[in-house]
Amino acid sequence: MSGLPLDIVKLNGVEKHFGAVRALAGVDFAASVGECVGLVGHNGAGKSTLMHVLAGTLIPNEGQIIIGAEPQKDYTVVLAQKLGIRCVFQELSLCPNLTVAENVRVLHPLIAGWGWRRRAGELIRNKLDEIFPGHGISADAVVGDLSIGKRQMVEVARAFTVTEAPLHLVILDEPTSSLDSHRASQLLSHVRRVVASGAGCVLISHLLGEILEYSDRIVVLRDGKVVAADRASAFNRDKLVTTMGGVARKMSSPKEAVPRGTTPVRVSARPTKQRDGIELIAHQGEIVGLAGLSGHGQTEILLSIFKAAIRRVPGIKVTDPVALVAGDRQTDGIFPLWSITQNIGIRSIASLHRGFLISPQLENRFAERWRARINIRTLDMRNNILSLSGGNQQKALFARALGSEAKIVLMDDPMRGVDISTKLEVYDLIRSEANTGRTFLWYTTEMEELENCDHVYVFRNRRIVADLRRGELNEERVIQSSFEEVGQS
Amino acid sequence: MSSANGAGAVRISPAALKAPRRFLRAALPALSLALVLLGIAWLNPRAISYFGLNLMLNLGIPVALATIAQMFVITVNDLDLSIGTFVSFVGCVAATWLRDYPLFGSVVLLGSICIYALVGAVIHLRNVPSIVVTLGMLFVWQGLAILVLPKPGGKAPAWLHDLMNFHTPYVPFPIIAAIAIAALVHVGVMRTSYGAILRGSGGNANAIARAGWSLLKIKVIMFALAGVFGVLSGLALIGLATSADANIGKGYTLLSIAGVILGGGEFVGGRVSPIGAVIGALTLTLAGTLLNFMRISPDWQVGAQGAILIIVLAARAIINRIDGRTA
Repeated sequence: MSGLPLDIVKLNGVEKHFGAVRALAGVDFAASVGECVGLVGHNGAGKSTLMHVLAGTLIPNEGQIIIGAEPQKDYTVVLAQKLGIRCVFQELSLCPNLTVAENVRVLHPLIAGWGWRRRAGELIRNKLDEIFPGHGISADAVVGDLSIGKRQMVEVARAFTVTEAPLHLVILDEPTSSLDSHRASQLLSHVRRVVASGAGCVLISHLLGEILEYSDRIVVLRDGKVVAADRASAFNRDKLVTTMGGVARKMSSPKEAVPRGTTPVRVSARPTKQRDGIELIAHQGEIVGLAGLSGHGQTEILLSIFKAAIRRVPGIKVTDPVALVAGDRQTDGIFPLWSITQNIGIRSIASLHRGFLISPQLENRFAERWRARINIRTLDMRNNILSLSGGNQQKALFARALGSEAKIVLMDDPMRGVDISTKLEVYDLIRSEANTGRTFLWYTTEMEELENCDHVYVFRNRRIVADLRRGELNEERVIQSSFEEVGQS
Repeated sequence: MSSANGAGAVRISPAALKAPRRFLRAALPALSLALVLLGIAWLNPRAISYFGLNLMLNLGIPVALATIAQMFVITVNDLDLSIGTFVSFVGCVAATWLRDYPLFGSVVLLGSICIYALVGAVIHLRNVPSIVVTLGMLFVWQGLAILVLPKPGGKAPAWLHDLMNFHTPYVPFPIIAAIAIAALVHVGVMRTSYGAILRGSGGNANAIARAGWSLLKIKVIMFALAGVFGVLSGLALIGLATSADANIGKGYTLLSIAGVILGGGEFVGGRVSPIGAVIGALTLTLAGTLLNFMRISPDWQVGAQGAILIIVLAARAIINRIDGRTA
């Protein structure tokens, strides 16, 4: 918080209401030259609203926006871009029907006329090479064909490309949510380089480790207000969690480790590319983690197991009904036109009918039970599912799976972009469900989540390359096996 | 670092697997057109001649133009149910006012394009479903057509008749016209930098708006273009038919939608193909001829067009499914 002229952007007493909800209740905020500001807070604390205000996509009801030293009156997206403010939004903002190069052109009005496609392609290719060496993304690839991780890489790289407008401030909202740890550290190191060259950065992330390690200053939001703002070195993980309003506590509270093989085997699966005899085994009551870099066959094997519960799939044995919690909740998880109740009940519809018709009473009772159990924050369960924040939508998806008769629950990196207190609640729920005999298969890209697992399989190139018991599990081993050359393991 | 590069190399493979699928999908419309042409050649070899092709394909030109008009609307995730009666209206104006009072006729046609643009603006600003608005416009154009020409008649302007019956050397005029239409629209929509913005608004309108583009302008441009091509379609149709009728373009609404879909387009998501759309329109036109040669009564032709649509879409679904298995 040095002298005024160094501030790239400054907000004074910004307020924003959505109907009766006060998303921002008088926020003062500043981002300066050569500084990375970490912005943390629970889902619904107002982080996303704040960044929409900064990006010019939302107009605040009250307050002042000062860019450079000039107060802005009619602040819009176009103006924000002219003034060098870029934004990477949490929900992906690429056009899936366009190529990577065409998506770059969308951001740069100046790329037009003869050879625009080549120029846009070069621009993004150079930026991707700079940030993510060895990315393997072609500028001519259609975005819809790319994996979610690659799409995020393209979107982040696009925000750093420069044509006529300068680049003063980059706002990144959960930029690493779909990246594995290797790509995430490449990105965050790039952020440090950009900041060192004099630009500013606002980093929003639920991964507190990232925030603590990479930002210079941390601002904590709670209920639409700034509750703390200080140098990053003044914080540690526990302090951040308490300031955000959560309860500081140890992440893993494991029950005493059950030795393998005492309970019956529920799932055994051999990846199709597996040459040696290793296979994935999950016993009753176990939480089995699937680790490794993203896109190395973890989702595929979960989907094969899901299929095997319905019809025969070679190499996979499943003894009980299965439910899946999808990772990409917007495309694979929620039914966007349905109410929360309907979204939760759909997996259990067989037990919620009277005669030929679905019984609304049974459905409501079922949903209310899960609302209390999993703490879904809403006024009315009959509201549309989209009225929930992202974390609560994810809770509804957990309720859908856990409310069903399924004895085996598959989870495809379901905690992306979910705030830490929601995560802790869900971890507890998973553990207590496992204690009642349910089996969980959990693909995750976050090390902290693996610590909740009884057993971890590390995937690489669609094969299992390491088979770690709880005692053997540490971050180094997981990363090491993720990068090991095939054949050495 | 070598291990990181290894990871990159592995990740390319799914994209590489998708390339043949993309090619197959793009080739599907051309393949169906070739099959229909082969069928005709087999049943009646003499049809594949300069005059034969001219005769079979010339009615495909107004259909292709209407299909392109529909494609512009589908690009921005809307649907135009009024294009058929609009073509009728344009036809009636062309066969009466445009012939007798060229200036007045031209003004009316330009005005009708403005109405199309206005429809686009209303759909965007009031956020009403395009199906509702264009369904209303369907009856408006129909009524206007009947007002302009209460009973079949009128006469095409001489210049229009001459243009549509122009005999080009070696290659029949309809083929040249079809190639020209496809190439022009392909360059405009698929190759220009603003074309990418237009398609992008169908794929993710939010992303386009956040980058500072006006969605209203995009919608108005697309509907105005639909109006322009609707007018061209009506003119082409009257040039061929020489006289008009308030119901002359009746079948065009469904034909144009079918043509876009047959050509590889999708109803939502901004995925369209102008070349495919023109090919789709020609395939549907030729299908009628093929059925004539097979001595199947015209009553069955609409059904047969539907059958072609189902077969091609099924083939597309199968290609997609094979892709899902390999990736």
